[in-house]
Amino acid sequence: MLSYDLLIVGGGLAGLSAALGADPGFKVAVISKVHPLRSHSVAAQGGINAALANRPDGADDTSERHAFDTVKGSDYLADQDAAELLCRRAIPTIYELDHWGAPFSRLENGKIAQRPFGGAGFPRTCYAADRTGHILLHTLYEQAVRRNITFLDEWLVTDIIVRDRRLVGLIAYDLAGGVIIPIRAKAVIFATGGYGRIFFRSTNAYINLGGGIGMAYKAGIPLKDMEFVQFHPTTLFGKNILMTEAARGEGGYLVNAKGRRFMEDYTPKTMELAPRDIVARSIQAEIDKGNGFENEYVHLDLRHLGREKILQRLPGIRDICIHFAGLDPVDQPIPIQPAQHYSMGGIDVDATCASPLEGFFAAGECACVSVHGANRLGGNSLLESIVFGRIAGESASIYLRGGPSEVGGDREIAETARALMSRMRSVHERDVGENVFQLLNRLKRLMSNAAGIFRDAPTLSRGLEELAELRDAYRRVFIYGNCGRYCQEMVVLVEFEHMVEVAEVILLGALKREETRGSHFRRDFPKRDDASWLKHTIITRSDKGPVVTYRDVQIGPYAPQERKY
Amino acid sequence: MTFKILRFDAQTDEQPHFQAYRHEPEPYETILEALKGIRDHQDPSLSFRYSCREAVCGSCGMVINGRIALACRTQVSELESDEVVIEPLPNLEIQKDLIVDLTPFWEAYRTFEPFLQAAGDVPEKGHRVAESDMEKISQYVTCILCACCYSACPVATRDRRYVGPAALAKLRRFTLDPRDDRPFSAVERADGPEGVWGCDTVFRCNDVCPKDVRPADGIEGLRRMIVAGKTKRLFRRHP
Repeated sequence: MLSYDLLIVGGGLAGLSAALGADPGFKVAVISKVHPLRSHSVAAQGGINAALANRPDGADDTSERHAFDTVKGSDYLADQDAAELLCRRAIPTIYELDHWGAPFSRLENGKIAQRPFGGAGFPRTCYAADRTGHILLHTLYEQAVRRNITFLDEWLVTDIIVRDRRLVGLIAYDLAGGVIIPIRAKAVIFATGGYGRIFFRSTNAYINLGGGIGMAYKAGIPLKDMEFVQFHPTTLFGKNILMTEAARGEGGYLVNAKGRRFMEDYTPKTMELAPRDIVARSIQAEIDKGNGFENEYVHLDLRHLGREKILQRLPGIRDICIHFAGLDPVDQPIPIQPAQHYSMGGIDVDATCASPLEGFFAAGECACVSVHGANRLGGNSLLESIVFGRIAGESASIYLRGGPSEVGGDREIAETARALMSRMRSVHERDVGENVFQLLNRLKRLMSNAAGIFRDAPTLSRGLEELAELRDAYRRVFIYGNCGRYCQEMVVLVEFEHMVEVAEVILLGALKREETRGSHFRRDFPKRDDASWLKHTIITRSDKGPVVTYRDVQIGPYAPQERKY
Repeated sequence: MTFKILRFDAQTDEQPHFQAYRHEPEPYETILEALKGIRDHQDPSLSFRYSCREAVCGSCGMVINGRIALACRTQVSELESDEVVIEPLPNLEIQKDLIVDLTPFWEAYRTFEPFLQAAGDVPEKGHRVAESDMEKISQYVTCILCACCYSACPVATRDRRYVGPAALAKLRRFTLDPRDDRPFSAVERADGPEGVWGCDTVFRCNDVCPKDVRPADGIEGLRRMIVAGKTKRLFRRHP
């Protein structure tokens, strides 16, 4: 049987950063269902936050101010010690990335350039034009190549094996070989990303199904704050490709069908640069009021920035508009609408990235430390992935150095692999049944209807009922093709089972939380309620169904106050 | 519309064959969306790589009506044809349908140390780099390693030793970066037919690149750099 000290699942920024943070003395491998450079981190555009104070108008910036903005942006649901850790480590992290070759854009004096972003008191977001995720992912991958890190590309992890409340191994499906592979592991870091494609409209890559989060939940690991789903204000109408917040950071306007910069009616002080939850809600409210175009979208207008600035700072955005919408933002406004973008919640871990399951760690979007609370600020997700990916690699190494005792588990691992194979065979033998791609489309519609930008008890309850029907339909799923190698039907089939769990936890957490906070807006409870709800939702799986408990938020120097922008 | 898609499973089939599907695309539908539509509603066994659907992850290079391109970046309407023929990238073994084995491409990528080698420790306040220097490498850092250039390159087709355009463009990116401190000898490793002299300058790589990287510029730049470096050394030896 294959055997590793540490398996890192996911080859995006968090996974690569974990691999670089792990002690090279251990036997480590990165498993990813796609080649690491195809991970969704590559699509991040606008930038990464750190209080470098490089610009004259940002000279007074400090990591404390960064932490304060992060906590305020989170609607006070972030754990303040974790947010402080993130912001403190941001500065050396950027300089290390620079030393590793990240081609950041520069100021005239040669220092790393920074731009304003929503909810930030200073221009704090470091960037490389509008392809920051792309250049960071390639930079970390290059350093991983330099370190000769082992990659198991195009392997989908399907199961987590637990024995005596300890992680002992994983099962994977090797797509190129078309075989199921049992693997022994002393420690595992999940860096599997978000679940964006559980929603109908999402900026996320097609591969972001959230299987990793659901898999952890099925293995008994609690999920935290899953009801907090970020909707990005500006995504290309129809395609929902991200139109970076940097477009507004560089001075872009949001304009409704009446030609009005409507943010004046919502956040007159910060206008377009309020945090994402507020801007997304404002846009949707305008559309719902009939002030949108075709009742579907508003305009993101960049024309006044001028051709030169657009070409220099937002070339990727322009390229996307030309190729995917047939318009040039130099001459025409961009039709935009909000869409799902990010998952604040995730696998319950502490600030060392350790989960309650011994030997199991998680980092990046699949995890919830929590530093983003109820709403993440733009520019903090790349940062979180890299900083906490690194911490996860370090923590797992400390755990391994402690010499976890042998608990065996080979029998459980082999049995689970056999069970998966026989389940796949039986699915294969069916001649009729449900097509998994169509079940996935049904799930997306369900989640967008039930748990979108605006929520209330009746729609959330109905969502839970419909989800039970989908669960039932999934039992009749079948595989159409003679599918062995590169069977994407099987990939979605395995992930769908986990996605249903993720969907249930989101809906249930949202139904129970009877207040409005950050991204979670309840029409029937439109006010934040600190007395009852300044706490994390923790949902754990049991034989009788999900068990909901709550945990206090760690408050530090920043006392909760009304959030005004 | 008719979509003729190449089907093949290296494990079970002797020969690839084309399978035709009828599919009516929506306005602004991309080839990738069409493939997904066909897979989701007609034939779930159809295999192809995909991820970001916005031309930044590099997964979906293929041959569309004879042209190498990213499926996600190609609009069905721009083909101006009632029939679309879709084949996997040439120059690489087909594994399943539109999925090819990229192992030779990734091995080539690793040939010339594709990582920045800065001198010393991380400077406390970061490196100082002129924006004009970053602009010089910007065309190369746009590369998404989709392997379109590798597939289009006639030299890579006939000579397996040649690393191809992407690997050389990557090396050029590092040699132009003022933070990189690799010795000339490391660059000189590309001084041969498997490196910069393999290119026969027909610029197919520049033509097919979906990100306008212009890898041939990089190869040309490396050639000049290598010739200049060797000349300088010659004069140092024989003053």
